Amino acid sequence: MAGLSAINPQFLYVCAGIFLFAIGLWGTWLHAHYVRKIISLNVMGAGVFLTLIAVAYRGENLPPDPVPHALVLTGIVVAVSATALALVIIRRLEDATDV
Amino acid sequence: MILDALSVLLLLLGLFFFVSGLLGLWRFPNTFARLHALTKADNLGLGLVMTGLLFQVPDVLWAIKFVLVWLLALVASAVNAHLIAVFLHRQQERHDESA
Amino acid sequence: MNLLDGLWGVLDLLLVAVLLLLAMAAVLSSDRRRSMMLFIVFGLVLALVWARLHAPDIALAEAAIGAGLGGALLMATLRRDTHQQTDRFPQHPALVWGAGVLVMVLGTAIAWGLLSILPTVEQTWRKGAAVDAQLAFSGVSHPVTAVLLNFRAWDTLLELAVLLAAILGIRALGYVRSTYVTEAAFSQLAVWLVPLLILMAGYILWAGAHSPGGAFQAGALLAGAGILLRLAGYSYAGLPTARWLVRLGLVAGTGVFLLVGLGLLGWGQGFLHYPVAYAKWWILLIEMLATVSIGMTLTLAFMGGIPQKEAA
Repeated sequence: MAGLSAINPQFLYVCAGIFLFAIGLWGTWLHAHYVRKIISLNVMGAGVFLTLIAVAYRGENLPPDPVPHALVLTGIVVAVSATALALVIIRRLEDATDV
Repeated sequence: MILDALSVLLLLLGLFFFVSGLLGLWRFPNTFARLHALTKADNLGLGLVMTGLLFQVPDVLWAIKFVLVWLLALVASAVNAHLIAVFLHRQQERHDESA
Repeated sequence: MNLLDGLWGVLDLLLVAVLLLLAMAAVLSSDRRRSMMLFIVFGLVLALVWARLHAPDIALAEAAIGAGLGGALLMATLRRDTHQQTDRFPQHPALVWGAGVLVMVLGTAIAWGLLSILPTVEQTWRKGAAVDAQLAFSGVSHPVTAVLLNFRAWDTLLELAVLLAAILGIRALGYVRSTYVTEAAFSQLAVWLVPLLILMAGYILWAGAHSPGGAFQAGALLAGAGILLRLAGYSYAGLPTARWLVRLGLVAGTGVFLLVGLGLLGWGQGFLHYPVAYAKWWILLIEMLATVSIGMTLTLAFMGGIPQKEAA
């Protein structure tokens, strides 16, 4: 118990965010199918967001920094709109190659 | 103090149903049985957790929100389970026809 | 006290472990449908992580937009006719593992760089204190909303423009074949869930002024209602049938935001520099129209850009 409480949550979540980024990069790079590339790209994005929010976190008793929060909120919406555009292009591509 | 004890009791009871639902999801042999375990146990578990939390609310508005969360989760899980079951049923029928 | 701290440590480790395992499974799974499901679950666990890190605004947005809408958009790419689509890495295993090692080395380098400057963050680029100092003049009392709609309104305007550009791109692609089937169960659900979703969207929009919430979360709820209507068999998904109304709705958020900005500039206030006394009302106006635009944009994105009658 004492050992675990020594882990700084900020450190833990920054590392987790960077790991997500790396995993996502791996998938985006190697997957052949576009939908899988998109999923991996979103995992990458989630890693960046997690890193930012972990930096904004200032412990249990202090309010977190609102600026990265606003940034990430913007980022989530931009990511989903880019994803939507990419997925519709993929759907259109598959429709075109089918017929 | 009595309210706190009641809360803890209900939360633990709810937790028990969540754990048994999880066990069912893990160990049951087919998807229909797994759905049964999941929906039954989760609905009851969530209901108990929500009832436990109701003893801790500061005012009525919070209580309404809790009940709303529970109702929405009930509806969502019921519809989800129904859709998965219908999909599987159709798939099996198609399989029987082709066999 | 010590025990509670230890408990938080255990919870943190559990959350991170589940999150990382789900991400790896979503990226590496060879079954495409399973990968999408795992990505949705990943988004939901991520929402829990946001809540843990005291970021309730992002938790709401992640659950509604990242996991909910992202998942719906992904599932719409699955074809009706095929059962299982497998994608494995096409490369030689040695190359796959080599690339894996390479990205991990890159990750370690980034982590090392970032963690070495982390202790200085508090003194260098932290802007939280500046936000707190100006909060009283922003027209809202929730710091995240103040940053989004007042201090950095310029960014949010451009973000809405990105959303508009994306939907214009989607519409420019023409009709795409719809891959989902309508279900009777949804039409009964829609009858009372859609009004509730609209009510909740209004509440979240209003609450954004003083507590977590705002236009993006509210817009995502509206889009959820739209997607539900589409799956219940309404071919227009609750969107207006008149084309000009759809177009107007899509540009309303960006357009009014821009007009308010330019109007204030003409008034001698500076671009998007609200007069303190009226800031609240300008923000509310912009947020209301942005909510409508975001809801319509995301619903249309799910439908492939252009409403169409179900092909019989």
